[in-house]
Amino acid sequence: MEQKKDEKVTYPKYAPGTHVSTSDIYQKNITYSWWEPEVQYAWSLGPAYSRFLEGLKEGKILGIHCHKCKRVIVPPRSFCEYCYGPTDGWIELPDTGIIETYSVSYLDPDANRIEEPILIGVIDIDGADEHHGFMHYFGEMSKDEIKIGMKVKAVWKPEDEREGSITDIKYFKPLRGGE
Amino acid sequence: MTRVCVIGIGHTDFNSMTPGMGWKEFMYEACNKAYMDAGIDPRRDIDSFITCAEDYWEGFSIFDEFVPDQIGALLRPCCTVCGDGIYGLGNAYMQIQTGLMNVVSIEAHSKASDLLTYGDIMLHAFDPIYDRPVSGPVQRPNYAGSPSYTEESPKPLVGASDEKERIHPYFLAGLEMQHYLRKTKTTEEQCAMVAVQNKRNAFSNPYADYELNISVDDVMKSEYCFSPLKNLDVSPTVDGAVCFVLASEDFAREIGAEPIYLSGFGWSSETPWLSTRGMEADYAKKASKMAYKMAEIKQPTRQIDLVEVDDRFTYKQLQHLEALGFAGEGQAGRLIEDGSLDIDGWLPTNPSGGSLGVGNCLEATGLQKSLEIVTQLRGHAGKRQIADAQTGLAQSWRGIPSGSGAVAIFTRG
Repeated sequence: MEQKKDEKVTYPKYAPGTHVSTSDIYQKNITYSWWEPEVQYAWSLGPAYSRFLEGLKEGKILGIHCHKCKRVIVPPRSFCEYCYGPTDGWIELPDTGIIETYSVSYLDPDANRIEEPILIGVIDIDGADEHHGFMHYFGEMSKDEIKIGMKVKAVWKPEDEREGSITDIKYFKPLRGGE
Repeated sequence: MTRVCVIGIGHTDFNSMTPGMGWKEFMYEACNKAYMDAGIDPRRDIDSFITCAEDYWEGFSIFDEFVPDQIGALLRPCCTVCGDGIYGLGNAYMQIQTGLMNVVSIEAHSKASDLLTYGDIMLHAFDPIYDRPVSGPVQRPNYAGSPSYTEESPKPLVGASDEKERIHPYFLAGLEMQHYLRKTKTTEEQCAMVAVQNKRNAFSNPYADYELNISVDDVMKSEYCFSPLKNLDVSPTVDGAVCFVLASEDFAREIGAEPIYLSGFGWSSETPWLSTRGMEADYAKKASKMAYKMAEIKQPTRQIDLVEVDDRFTYKQLQHLEALGFAGEGQAGRLIEDGSLDIDGWLPTNPSGGSLGVGNCLEATGLQKSLEIVTQLRGHAGKRQIADAQTGLAQSWRGIPSGSGAVAIFTRG
């Protein structure tokens, strides 16, 4: 039910219907307790993640083999979740792939509208098995252009700005003819 | 009801730091070893998988979602028990008793070295209304920290005690120790002897990380952390992962496993009100009663050959031995004095080195203790082997600030 702006709202006297506002919190008009935890972690990454991230620093996407399952896995892991055996055999993959799925995202974490919607999705990396790749942003394309199956290519940060992180790739752009 | 057997055990090395391995690889190593030990293929033979973990120790919300790959549970029945690893054994026992599962894997681990704010995470487990504000956290307005705070609407400061210094949450152990010593007339020296013995036992345990050849005097002269608790009364944290495979007796026979039975299990939780709850480890009393009943143990002192009890703080070992019925109130101190708890005593206690010798491995603590019992019952404990061990008890407490714990009893078939 939508209320017209200037419509006078009347409440029964016994239920004034006053909402709690932010200022009530700051003025301590309501009873509450506040806590902000100090939680910090520094995860050791182990050989598979580490080598992949080192590869990103060099502008390379590295995959790993599971010989038993005949899979090329990216991002690499130390063991295969299907056969439970160890993985081995590193392989350099191209920095291209296809969009497996995407979403045009309009809301920030507080559910405010974002003026320029963010294009995000999952990329199947070329040379790896189907459904192997990772999530990333898309750029240099409009929300009307983006589609499943679109060929894309990584846009890397300049070498001196890379730090061994998935964000060493800025985004994936459309791989247009001739590139 | 079927009897439930331990058919596989596996563990990583225990180290104060493990920078070379990610937590997934760590779990994989322990599980892979347990599955090899049992001689089974997890992708084919295991019906259900249990991980015991606490999200805050891991740094993940809904940590359950991140475990299937490394324990062999991809697209299989899998769940996480939020608690000490020993609770996983109880859960596996129940799953097997339903008849729905024949073989169950249980994993717990510590990657304590990945935690940058160990004390703060523990403080986060304190009651937010009554206990945290007087546990000394400093909260100052931080306008820069969050865009939602401004000078006009700063971060609320209700309950903050910013004029006091911070205290490490281990002070709770100091409070309890003070109470325990006073009530039972146990001495600080007797507690110190626990550290001496457990750290010495650790020399015979290849995977222990905190072996030390120290004297009671060394412990007594170590600095007070939270009086009467001293530096060497506290078990330092360690990284380590442990995996158990439990199975129905029929399955164990089928694969020709040497049967070690999980013959008793019990668990219990205290109220979180610090002032109301007892300081006599009532959780351990209740849990052991339940486990003794199930394992048909009437006289624990006669029927149990060795114990691994929680010793994250020295006095805890003595308090727990009393709670489990191995000594009357205030009598456990005598047992450490007269050598009863030595490896060749009548009640070998924490032969693995316990948490003081191996390290405090967070939620893996109960499984580390169970691991020692099973290793001893199998006769594989090497230099620290206890002769003719038939029945052993593992007990675990969930650590500060909890009042929860469980007991598992294992028997050689």
